[in-house]
Amino acid sequence: MLEIKNLHARIAEDGTEIINGLNLTVKAGEVAAIMGPNGSGKSTLSYVLAGRDDYEVTEGDIFYNGESILDMDPAERASAGLFLAFQYPMEIPGVATMQFLKVALNEQRKARGEEELTTPDFIKKVREAAGTLGVEMEMLKRPLNVGFSGGEKKRAEILQMKLLEPKLCVLDETDSGLDIDALKIVADGVNALRSPDRAVIVITHYQRLLEYIVPDTVHVLSKGRIVKTGDKSLALELEAKGYADIIAEAA
Amino acid sequence: MAATMTKPAEAPLTATETALVAQFGDRSSHLPGNADAVMARDKAVQAIKAHRLPTRKVEAWHYTDLRRLLNQFPDWRSDVAAGAADPLLEDAHRFVLVNGQMAERAQIEGCQIESVADALRADVGGVALEAPADADDAVGAINTAFVTDGVRLSIAEGAHIERPIEFQSIHDGGQAHTRNLITVGAGAKASFIDRHLGSDEAVLASNVTELTVREGAEIRWIIVQEQGAAASHLGKLTLTLEKDAKATLFIANYGGKLVRQEVHAAATGEGADLTFRAINLIGERTHCDVTLELDHLVADTTSTETVRNVVTGKAQGVFQGQIRVAQAAQKTDAQMACNTLLLSDEGGFATKPELEIFADDVVCAHGATVAEIDEDHLFYLMARGISAKTARGLLIEAFVDEIVEELDDDALIEALEIRIADWLEAHG
Ligand SMILES: Nc1ncnc2c1ncn2[C@@H]1O[C@H](COP(=O)(O)OP(=O)(O)OP(=O)(O)O)[C@@H](O)[C@H]1O
Ligand SMILES: [Mg+2]
Repeated sequence: MLEIKNLHARIAEDGTEIINGLNLTVKAGEVAAIMGPNGSGKSTLSYVLAGRDDYEVTEGDIFYNGESILDMDPAERASAGLFLAFQYPMEIPGVATMQFLKVALNEQRKARGEEELTTPDFIKKVREAAGTLGVEMEMLKRPLNVGFSGGEKKRAEILQMKLLEPKLCVLDETDSGLDIDALKIVADGVNALRSPDRAVIVITHYQRLLEYIVPDTVHVLSKGRIVKTGDKSLALELEAKGYADIIAEAA
Repeated sequence: MAATMTKPAEAPLTATETALVAQFGDRSSHLPGNADAVMARDKAVQAIKAHRLPTRKVEAWHYTDLRRLLNQFPDWRSDVAAGAADPLLEDAHRFVLVNGQMAERAQIEGCQIESVADALRADVGGVALEAPADADDAVGAINTAFVTDGVRLSIAEGAHIERPIEFQSIHDGGQAHTRNLITVGAGAKASFIDRHLGSDEAVLASNVTELTVREGAEIRWIIVQEQGAAASHLGKLTLTLEKDAKATLFIANYGGKLVRQEVHAAATGEGADLTFRAINLIGERTHCDVTLELDHLVADTTSTETVRNVVTGKAQGVFQGQIRVAQAAQKTDAQMACNTLLLSDEGGFATKPELEIFADDVVCAHGATVAEIDEDHLFYLMARGISAKTARGLLIEAFVDEIVEELDDDALIEALEIRIADWLEAHG
């Protein structure tokens, strides 16, 4: 479903290379975990996947369902089924959350040639999704993410994911800032989306999340490349030994 | 060696100034008014000739060089064809002036209503035109010289006028100079829409409004300036707030080519409160200037001023906000902010906030920002599948609608937001 080949990406502004020959393949139905030290390039990878133009791809390619997505803008990628749950969701004053959700849903439907949702259908859909995630409808009347607590922001990201029903989900440290109960709720939300035609990339520092969302593969990212790949036991090993040894071993 | 002193020759009158003086000669006998009015009009034209139209050298016009920018003085048109437009709010009482001529007059219970043309002619109980005080008052001078009509309306003490009152000034090419004189009696309540609209033909429109809000009265005054792309609009609103009077003044500029809207407000009674809001949506080569002069003259008066601007194309915007707090005006609270969203490199917005404070126990603050669309916000919206154009639109609307939504009236909010969205669709 996703194939990243020898990807090199740098910060557009100053040319610093962050992603440095990265290879990664994720199959449909797979849950892949990416772990790695702070500053190793995990979020940058997620942004490059989503098409943020702060970064420039200088070499290599990203194939999604067999086709390169490098020429697509973020909206086109999202409509094609890519979803990034942000590590730090942005606060956008003045844009009501409900309005945003409705526009996003309908723009994606439009881009795929589907009918727009009517307002009652839309509200029903949001209410259902919000219910399962323990998100209050009151919160959705507020401007997007403005004044939401850390945990509320993460839940709002998962709510968006549930509503948009993407094919490839990238969750960037969705577990950080969540209490134990919220972690379970969010994990249930992700697990509910698991299906043979979807793939999930979970970026995390902690084994705990991976107890709830059990990964098929675990990848270690260091200095902008995947240095080791294994199954779920690799996450346990990382937890036990820390990154230093494993990265040294791999080098 | 004898130095020869020669006075620098004043530049010759511009084409606009020449036309203004010449057309006054042709027009003056057709203009309404008694002998005093004739004299005042004549003095106004003499003042324009003497002071000339202001340039950047006149401080109040530093960012709007009227002599250069007012480069058209179209002929009057008598073949008035334009009909009235639907009011902004469905249930409004409507007054319609087409090219300065009264075309429709509402009757409202609790209000005394008269045409300004009639009032100018009356020798008893009429209204007087005042000659302009100084070179700053070009808008007043032009209006005094040429004003034809308008609405004189006075709301009885304690009357609550439920439906909004709309003054519709339609400019269908040529010139239109109107004046509205409004008094809101003690304890009365009313909501006004002062709307300026018209075709895309060359227009010079001026409007002077004198608005007095008496003790404990409460009003909302919305200026909707949505004229055609070739219109010059010169507006001057004088607002007096007496004891415990409350006014919300909202200016929406999203039309015209050259716009100067002055507001001269004074809080003359304790407890008076002014909420001043303006949105300026300007594109292409529009020049739009909102100039506010606010005097806090007595103690315990409050005001907030928020201006939001969206600039595209080669448009130039100006906001001058001068707040003067007199020595007696202790405990004044005034908060002013002017924020601009700049969508093009070629446009610009000049902000000149000025606080002149002669009292010591006051809270006054001002701030100004100019920003572009936040790329991070744009990315976030696009990452959810929202196209670049729609995402931009959402962010711009959010910026402007924030102050529209402070208006406590859903129908009005909706009417304004639709127009903002239309403007963005055409210019964003
Ligand atoms: N736009 C940017 N400007 C400057 N530096 C950047 C930018 N984006 C990323 N970096 C740098 O690139 C490196 C990788 O950052 P990234 O956020 O991808 O790390 P990460 O693996 O997600 O870390 P963490 O675990 O702390 O979230 C860091 O050194 C970071 O400071
Ligand atoms: Mg990160």
